[in-house]
Amino acid sequence: MNRFRPAWQKIKMDRRAVLLAGFLIVMALAVLPFVTGGLLGRSWVRILDFALLYIMLALGLNIVVGYAGLLDLGYIAFYAVGAYLYALLASPQFGVHWPVWAVIPLGAVLAAGFGVLLGTPTLKLRGDYLAIVTLGFGEIIRIFLNNLNTPVNITNGPQGISLIDPIAVAGFSLGESHTLLGLTFPATYGYYYLFLALTAAIIFVSIRLQDSRIGRAWVAIREDEVAAAAMGINTRNIKLLAFAMGASFGGISGGLFAGFQGFVSPESFTLFESIIVLCMVVLGGMGNIAGVILGALLLTIFPEALRYLGELQQMLFGRVWVDPNNLRMLVFGIALVVIMIFRPAGLLPSVRRKREFSADPDVLGHEQESLYDTRR
Amino acid sequence: MTPAADRAAARMSDSPTAVEPLLHVEGISKHFGGLRALDDIRFSIRAGEIFGLIGPNGAGKTTLFNVMTSLYTPDAGQVLLHGRRLSGVKPYQAVKLGLARTFQNIRLFANMTALENVLVGRHVRTHAGLLGAVLRGRVTREEEADAGRRARELLDYVGIGAHAHRLARHLAYGDQRRLEIARALATDPLILALDEPAAGMNPSETAALMTLLNRIRADGITLLLIEHDMRLVMGLCDRIAVLDYGKKIAEGAPRTVQNDPRVIEAYLGSEPV
Repeated sequence: MNRFRPAWQKIKMDRRAVLLAGFLIVMALAVLPFVTGGLLGRSWVRILDFALLYIMLALGLNIVVGYAGLLDLGYIAFYAVGAYLYALLASPQFGVHWPVWAVIPLGAVLAAGFGVLLGTPTLKLRGDYLAIVTLGFGEIIRIFLNNLNTPVNITNGPQGISLIDPIAVAGFSLGESHTLLGLTFPATYGYYYLFLALTAAIIFVSIRLQDSRIGRAWVAIREDEVAAAAMGINTRNIKLLAFAMGASFGGISGGLFAGFQGFVSPESFTLFESIIVLCMVVLGGMGNIAGVILGALLLTIFPEALRYLGELQQMLFGRVWVDPNNLRMLVFGIALVVIMIFRPAGLLPSVRRKREFSADPDVLGHEQESLYDTRR
Repeated sequence: MTPAADRAAARMSDSPTAVEPLLHVEGISKHFGGLRALDDIRFSIRAGEIFGLIGPNGAGKTTLFNVMTSLYTPDAGQVLLHGRRLSGVKPYQAVKLGLARTFQNIRLFANMTALENVLVGRHVRTHAGLLGAVLRGRVTREEEADAGRRARELLDYVGIGAHAHRLARHLAYGDQRRLEIARALATDPLILALDEPAAGMNPSETAALMTLLNRIRADGITLLLIEHDMRLVMGLCDRIAVLDYGKKIAEGAPRTVQNDPRVIEAYLGSEPV
């Protein structure tokens, strides 16, 4: 067991294997849009782009829910904050067109601020109670966006904001195709590489945080908040940090979404979206980065793949019996239930969660009731 | 000496008030509604001693303990550790000032390994923030390596080094108690407060615990003990304060206290059976 051997030593140990694996992964990811686009069509590259956005979202929520154990059902609000900030600062709405390198970081900071805003009144809440308050917060943000068109029109209300500037990197607008070295890069391809780079950065930050003083403090709070405070952890600040950190990932993802989509409206930020992102975290494996990524990929790609159910019926029965759109959500729902029954700790559970769900004798369990808060 | 004791000693000698008693309890009162749980409690704990706090059930021991460890705010009076107020500060600040505690009902981080539990104890003496964690520069790496080393030392010190990578909740009961002590020692305390550390232990586990506590004291850390187990208290403590109905009824060496008629009355009742 060398979990606590510092990471750089591990890397030294089998550096060549790691380098080779890393090189292969990078190459595979680099050619992925061309392979996907060639085999399945361009619309699938767009789905890949969305999958990357959802990975960023899920990794942000993973910090709040997976690490710090704070159930957040209004997480999509931070995505909305990032998206609307981009939409307002880079569209004809106010006639301002800020560059992306200014808007995205600003979105992260603003979302973090909203994270603290949500965190502050909920510091004493846990479990179900926290879930209800966060749910309300998410709805409040959406309803605000829906109604901020009077008396002063800020968000354009239910119509949303359109004609948002596409993201431009180093003078290249990602909104149009480019030809480079004889290869044609349609818009979705360019976005793919940008999102991939930012996803990689967010994964890196997540990994670093997990195995750090702050990361341990988050888990300690999740395990027993009173004991954490008795060990000198400033639980208020550390919890707010989790909210802020998770929210900032959501803000980044939201800004990218606005630039990519070119249009935002309150409809994109409903409770259903919050729940889907939570599903990605829980289904993949709460607290485990690889699991959360898998969960996000699966829940983005699987429902899209189910659209082919119509063609499948056509092939098998010669006609379409059930509208694939109805069947799709049915199959999707059943799949979620089945996964949670057979893998309650998620598809790729973190080492910790796996043990938590194992049948080992639980010596401490019955003594874990806290003094003044409700735990699950 | 443990590194923890080293640092505790270093911090003690830095201070001009080193000759003063380590911890003062000055006229602490605490009410819960109409119930007077603590009434003008006063005593001092000297550096390097094992101080026992005993009393029948409901005497106010745990209330006093919670006041001393900053979980409750007293209605009157104050607790001074090394000349600094403990009462009224937040629990996490009390740890920083040098008071560490264990819990009567063990409160470990059940799903973290033994080593991680102790590493959490190092939180208050380390500094890496968000940026440090993400960039992991030289300072952070050294701090982490140092914390890891210290945590392992402490696990060995309390005798559960072999279980470093087991989950806290999978440890045997006695080992969980030891882990709680190691975690508390990781905060480099001046005084370690133990709330009924022998509760639920069998005689051989209790004997081993006494050896460990004596060793911690020998390494320069002051101990405050709340305990029901008379054998442990009498065999271990240098001085004892006895509480009954929220009042201190006796204080002194174990033998003196043991023969105090008021203490006998509190424990056994005044009427001869």
